[in-house]
Amino acid sequence: MEPKTSAQVCGMGHSMKRKEDPRFIRGRGNYVDDIQLPGMLHMDIVRSPFAHAKIKSINADKALKVPGVLAVITGETLAKYNLHWMPTLMSDTQMVLPTEKVMYQAQEVAAVIATDRYAAADGVEAVEVDYDPLPVVVDPFKALLPGAPILRTDKKDKKDNRIFHWEAGDRAATDQAFAQADVVVKQDMYIPRIHVASIETCGCVADFDRVTGKLTVYMTTQAPHAIRTVFALVAGHVGLSEEKIRIVSPDIGGGFGGKVPVYPGYVIAVAASVVIGKPVKWVEDRMENLQADSFARDYHIHAELAAKRDGTMTALKIKTIADHGYTDAAANPSKFPAGLYSIVTGSYDLKRAFAEVDGVYTNKPPGGIAYRCSFRVTEAVHCIERITDVLAQELKMDPAELRMKNFIPKEKFPYKSVLGWEYDSGDYATCLQKAMDKIGYAELRKEQAEKRARGELMGIGISSFTEIVGAGPSKQFDILGIKMFDSAEIRVHPTGKVLARFGTKSQGQGHETTYAQIVAEELGIPAAHVQVEEGDTDTAPYGLGTYASRSTPTSGAAAAVASRKIREKAKKIAAHLLECSEDDLVWETGKFSVKGSPQRSKTIQDIALAAYTNHPQGMEPGLEATSYYDPPNLTFPFGSYICVVDIDRGTGMVKVRRFVAVDDCGNIINPMIVDGQIHGGLAMGLAPALLEEISYDEDGNVQGGSFMDYLVPTSMETPSWELDKTITPSPHHPFGAKGVGESATVGAPPAIVNAVVDALAHLGVKHVEIPITPERVWKILKEKGVAE
Amino acid sequence: MATHKITLTVNGAARDAQVESRLLLVHLLRESFRLTGTHIGCDTTHCGACTVLLDGQPVKSCTVLAVQADGREVETVEGLEHDGKLHPVQEGFWEKHGLQCGFCTPGMLMTSCALLARTKEPSDQDIREAISGNLCRCTGYVNIIQAVQYAAAKLRER
Repeated sequence: MEPKTSAQVCGMGHSMKRKEDPRFIRGRGNYVDDIQLPGMLHMDIVRSPFAHAKIKSINADKALKVPGVLAVITGETLAKYNLHWMPTLMSDTQMVLPTEKVMYQAQEVAAVIATDRYAAADGVEAVEVDYDPLPVVVDPFKALLPGAPILRTDKKDKKDNRIFHWEAGDRAATDQAFAQADVVVKQDMYIPRIHVASIETCGCVADFDRVTGKLTVYMTTQAPHAIRTVFALVAGHVGLSEEKIRIVSPDIGGGFGGKVPVYPGYVIAVAASVVIGKPVKWVEDRMENLQADSFARDYHIHAELAAKRDGTMTALKIKTIADHGYTDAAANPSKFPAGLYSIVTGSYDLKRAFAEVDGVYTNKPPGGIAYRCSFRVTEAVHCIERITDVLAQELKMDPAELRMKNFIPKEKFPYKSVLGWEYDSGDYATCLQKAMDKIGYAELRKEQAEKRARGELMGIGISSFTEIVGAGPSKQFDILGIKMFDSAEIRVHPTGKVLARFGTKSQGQGHETTYAQIVAEELGIPAAHVQVEEGDTDTAPYGLGTYASRSTPTSGAAAAVASRKIREKAKKIAAHLLECSEDDLVWETGKFSVKGSPQRSKTIQDIALAAYTNHPQGMEPGLEATSYYDPPNLTFPFGSYICVVDIDRGTGMVKVRRFVAVDDCGNIINPMIVDGQIHGGLAMGLAPALLEEISYDEDGNVQGGSFMDYLVPTSMETPSWELDKTITPSPHHPFGAKGVGESATVGAPPAIVNAVVDALAHLGVKHVEIPITPERVWKILKEKGVAE
Repeated sequence: MATHKITLTVNGAARDAQVESRLLLVHLLRESFRLTGTHIGCDTTHCGACTVLLDGQPVKSCTVLAVQADGREVETVEGLEHDGKLHPVQEGFWEKHGLQCGFCTPGMLMTSCALLARTKEPSDQDIREAISGNLCRCTGYVNIIQAVQYAAAKLRER
């Protein structure tokens, strides 16, 4: 798509260099751990070595004798203020610090406040905790068996470990379709527990001013406004009032969903600052981050797909056990305990479907948060794209052909899915065809046949995913009751320069650049002259923050709407200046001119000056506007990915030889940034497919709790991605965009898994669980007698 | 806890400090000298966010004691720009969109500098190997490789 604006204005479609980069490349970013306030104290946390245990006693005497240690905070300390429990975003409850028992390994047990971080760590070593171990429940299936220990004994009426049962679709009609099907395939698949592992861990500096009563919290949060309200609601009874709470989210070193929840550490630091009256810094280390912060995924899926002999899919049935750890601290919209899992019918025109999820408590850290994925969409996509390949294998049909046969045809959009979503726009066949052409699909199949004849293992995998992002319309979407709109507030200064503030918060997505480009597109003011600010609740308009690929669909839309309001007022001022009727004016980028006399015109800069110096009588001076954008629908980005893998028969190592990603995220603001988002998303799709997992032994001991064995992809495992696009604008978004941040993470894993299974299919392999480690593959090769 | 007086050169300037034996170089740089461009991303020497140059060699400053830097030369991201002119690796990362959240960037820049100091024409594979001890969660590495190639080309022009 050719940009409509000049390179000087740099509106949509320009690959503008990022406005935020000059500070980052100089080491002048300002992250939470960079903040150092006068008199600031440091906090470190004592954590449980047991997954489930009674706390018999906590003895802080020795710790308090460590030089520099000022205080030890326990659950008993917080209980005096009724702050030892807090609500989760899903209206469950979570301990800030325990008073009776711990529920997972690495759970917070006590906090040490000291004059520097070394003293705080010494203090942690010196706190003596006496535990009485309790039976541990690790397996969610066993957790549901009669006689399993009841974990949430704090809930008086709780008689089992089930958190919720959720379902969507018509069970009876789906069962009937299955009964009439020519072919039924079934597959169990496990989407393991993984962790976002942003390179910056979580932390905060809490600064309570005893004189003014104002609490400022510098915090690694993706949703500062929501956090402010949560703090006010949770701690109102101890005098924290919302107008005196300021949350500042400074530069954030990656979020991916992991910086949406309120972690106990934040709350303890705030409590410590309020009690002591000094600023308190808490920054977790990597092991704390991996072992105690909310996790993602952990879905045990059973999928069944029914079809006619010719490959027409007729019905889908999904049963899932969701391991939520000891509390439901997912970051889903509140009416969606299983997130947007009902997107599980994917890109296919399925007439019948039924999906159900049971959430379960276990002795693991809480969560069910995102991993660069909008609310369980990755699990849904993995499920449908995997079971589609299982069907192709059963029917001995090419997986591309099977997809083409079942895609929702482009004429059917907007498309109402059987599980209730209205897909805004799509053209799936064109997208897959483009990917097949780019990678040379037919030639690859020939190469594969030749290699197979020679005993070499090569596989080709496809994923044609549909995303669902941009939460969301207020009729369905809220978090703790707060509707999921988002905002933009735009001020045009007298000299025609702009300050634009937003309710979202970039964690690397490049909002300072892309939002400026939206304003540039709409007002013709160069993006270089648009200063974008986010993350300070004292100055930015209220919004629900950045996650779930929602910034462009919500705040980006608000930027366009607010700009258009400004243009409306500018038109009135232009008519006044040009002494003509508004109806006689035409807008072209950056100026209004009189129809038929283009030499009679006023630039937006002329108009901005007039708004403060020569505005029409009866009109309010100034030139600014705010928009709180409540989207009419979600947006549905999509893509087709094709992956080629080679498998080493000696080691079981999977090498991704090629990866073609054709994405469609509607109209594009900054092509360079969109490609960057896709690159990163693909790496975070490769990660769970091949490398990352956090698992637990039967005693609840975490495996994979440090970078020693939690394998974040390095430059060595990451291939050179090959990208392309199709563009199918969203019909309801103000400038036709859809959002892109998470598409690749959602779409990539099944392409890789399908490629690996395809490489082994002739040996009778129908499924491989993730992460596909060399060990896992080698065992299969050994069993099939082909290991070298 | 015993303390030691150390003298080192940081970005070309002589600095003195009285440090505890156990103080890590990264904390000396960040907290005593307030050079906060060097970041901390893990505690097992894997992520490389804390990479600085010690006598020209890239080291992970979370695994070097401050006393080990006594009498030696340390270069950090803050020392890359000279007379208001960006170092070619800084230019490359900006031009080629080699960063997103910016947290791994200072370490990546320092590792890249060390590579380009010893190799004028690195292959993509050379770059991949050089930065394999620096984790980036945002970029998928492809643009980082292009950024280093951009810098290599710029340096060859000099």
